[in-house]
Amino acid sequence: MSDHNQLSMAPEMPHHTETSTLEGKNKILGFWFFLGAETVLFACLFGTFLALRHSTMGGPTSEELFSLPMVAAATLILLTSSLTSVLGILGMHRENLKSMLFWFGVTVLLGLAFLGLEIYEFIEYVHEGHTFTRSAFGSSFYTLVGTHGSHVLFGVTWITTLIYQGWKKGITKETAPKFYVASLYWHFIDVVWVFIFTVVYLLGMIS
Amino acid sequence: MYFLSGFFFLLVGGIEALLIRMQLIVPNNHFMVGDTFNQLLTMHGTTMIFLAAMPMIFGLMNVVVPLQIGARDVAFPFMNALGFWLFLAGGLLLNFSWLFGGAPDAGWTSYPLLALNHFSPGPGIDYYVLGLQIAGLSSLMGAINFLVTIVNMRAPGMTFLRMPLFTWATFVTSALLLFAMPPLTVGLILLMFDRLFGSHFFDVAGGGDPVIWQHLFWIFGHPEVYIVVLPAFGVMSEVIATFSKKRLFGYSSMVFAMVLIGFLGFMVWVHHMFTVGLGPMSNAIFAIATMTIAVPTGIKVFNWLFTMWGGCIRFTTPMLFAVGFIPTFVIGGVTGVMLAVPPADFQYQDTYFVVAHFHYVLIGGTVFGMFAGMYYWWPKMFGKKLNETLGRWHFWLFLIGFHMTFLVQHWLGLWGMPRRVFTYQPGYGLEWGNQLSTAGALLMGISIIFLLVNIAVTARRGEAAGSDPWDGRTLEWAISSPAPEYNFAQLPLVRDVDALWYAKMNGKKGVEPAEPIGSIHMPSPSYLPILMAVGFFIAGFGFVMRAIPAAVLGLIMVFITMFMRSFDHDPGYHIEPEEIEATEKGARA
Repeated sequence: MSDHNQLSMAPEMPHHTETSTLEGKNKILGFWFFLGAETVLFACLFGTFLALRHSTMGGPTSEELFSLPMVAAATLILLTSSLTSVLGILGMHRENLKSMLFWFGVTVLLGLAFLGLEIYEFIEYVHEGHTFTRSAFGSSFYTLVGTHGSHVLFGVTWITTLIYQGWKKGITKETAPKFYVASLYWHFIDVVWVFIFTVVYLLGMIS
Repeated sequence: MYFLSGFFFLLVGGIEALLIRMQLIVPNNHFMVGDTFNQLLTMHGTTMIFLAAMPMIFGLMNVVVPLQIGARDVAFPFMNALGFWLFLAGGLLLNFSWLFGGAPDAGWTSYPLLALNHFSPGPGIDYYVLGLQIAGLSSLMGAINFLVTIVNMRAPGMTFLRMPLFTWATFVTSALLLFAMPPLTVGLILLMFDRLFGSHFFDVAGGGDPVIWQHLFWIFGHPEVYIVVLPAFGVMSEVIATFSKKRLFGYSSMVFAMVLIGFLGFMVWVHHMFTVGLGPMSNAIFAIATMTIAVPTGIKVFNWLFTMWGGCIRFTTPMLFAVGFIPTFVIGGVTGVMLAVPPADFQYQDTYFVVAHFHYVLIGGTVFGMFAGMYYWWPKMFGKKLNETLGRWHFWLFLIGFHMTFLVQHWLGLWGMPRRVFTYQPGYGLEWGNQLSTAGALLMGISIIFLLVNIAVTARRGEAAGSDPWDGRTLEWAISSPAPEYNFAQLPLVRDVDALWYAKMNGKKGVEPAEPIGSIHMPSPSYLPILMAVGFFIAGFGFVMRAIPAAVLGLIMVFITMFMRSFDHDPGYHIEPEEIEATEKGARA
């Protein structure tokens, strides 16, 4: 946060709307704490997955299932969406409503594209016999990746309603913290995906 | 409201405990056997921990923390209300199980495989899973709320090392909750998936591993012990300092000890699993880590004693509970170190020794702490002091009853009485111990009647207590009782630990204000939290009853209320200076 305060000293950005009220500051700090809890939640799911990933009980193994190009494409899409949400926040700091809404709109579209790929991937796996109830590996895989996916879905819905709200009300002391918090959430989802990419997919392809 | 509903569930859990003791009064009793006994046992544990201890703690925190740091309110009043209704929804859902389909019966730890469909086919465990999930959400919200309140909303001059100990306890407890609830959430989700949707996390036949549940549960469960006991430490520190008329001995070491206990609380969960077979190396590491906790705890106990040493002690009811707490809790701590030795633990495991140990810690810590806090802050909450004579009856009967019940259980355990069983055979020398234990439990029940009578009498005839009935030291005693809805007409300026005492010692009437009187912004009340909690309740009940459409409907209701909340432009309202002055005058007159 201290970086932001220093940034706000720069002459072209006199103040940050999102931290101009106590409510806004509280909301952002509270959200950081919430992300701390989410980190533990995902850590537990990762732990469970690592404990169970070899329990395939005769079903398809991770080497047989995963294909790098598709996962790499999904990763690229999601990482780009993090960048676009940053551009949205920059737009907010310039008090430029149009730019903010545009970049958050792009973020939502990229999020939807990622979800589409993930759904396609899951359908493929199910065809190959890798289902939620087939083995402990299946259960833990779908729970971990699916929890991330449902976070993406939630984020997409959330940001969409925020865009509508921002379009109606503009950048105010009330809406600015909401956008800021949503972008924090979106970055968090991205970071989690980087771990999923490493732990689930890369590790799953080499072992 | 938190406190009262927590108290209600305390009575429910207490009645369950009495029924358990009635069954064990004589060998081969037929009062409550088999499944019914398992349900009672499970619900007693679950209710006491989740529905009594935690909400009572949260209730005290809600009242006291904003006052102690000189804030107008908590950071998120909306989330606070939502948290309360969610807790109530979760608690009711759990207790619905008595009426519809049978209560959970796999123990409060609900270990698989016992908790999977094969051994628990009824809906009992589903109630457990979903009720706790909903109540758990409320704990997470409360934790975030208190953390933000304490970090962002302290009065001018209130540095971290000037905060009262109860606020420090809240801070550490909330941090523990923040990181301890998610493992429980994950464990409950996985258990729900296993039971409802046929996954194989814990089911060995499908490649799962039941030990995962034990890890997740105890990564939550051990910090939980400190979550319920640290606030009691905070209460004790306030009460002992106030009634010894001395500044708390070793203030900064108390804070340090508390933070250290919080940290170590996360490092020791494996000591619940010594006998699972994780190997001697991990057992040794976690045994040593566990014993380390005795060090900061010892620091705290000695600091309390040194605070009393040479102090001008007044034995009021809160002080009695605080003083009674010290030896009781120390006994619990000592048996805790005994249990932390793995080879000894192999002997004690699942005997009444363990039961005695954790009741000494939880009742000796949390319950004594909550009673002390209740008598101490009652005047601040309701403007009237509880009756001292009845309070003393309550204390002595409770203390004697408690030791009668649980001291003897140490020996019962060493003599080989296993926990969680509903009967025992005559001729093994277990009879008199069990009878004594049951008699003690009845005595504790009677002492609670004195408390209830006390509350009723005070509500009827109690005299107004005034703003500072105990000659207090911290900020909450600087404003009128009960506190006005905006708490402080002017935010106070804090110059030292024990800000009010500092002002009194400098011959001032009250704490200096840090701002001129101005209009105060208040949030408007909202009905959305109740609606959202009802949504969660419907969803939970739907999943329990395997009625997925109903569950989905409940979730949709949750999302709609979230959407409404987001668009709800809430400007709140303002209390103007004239109105504040009128209120303040009325309170002084």
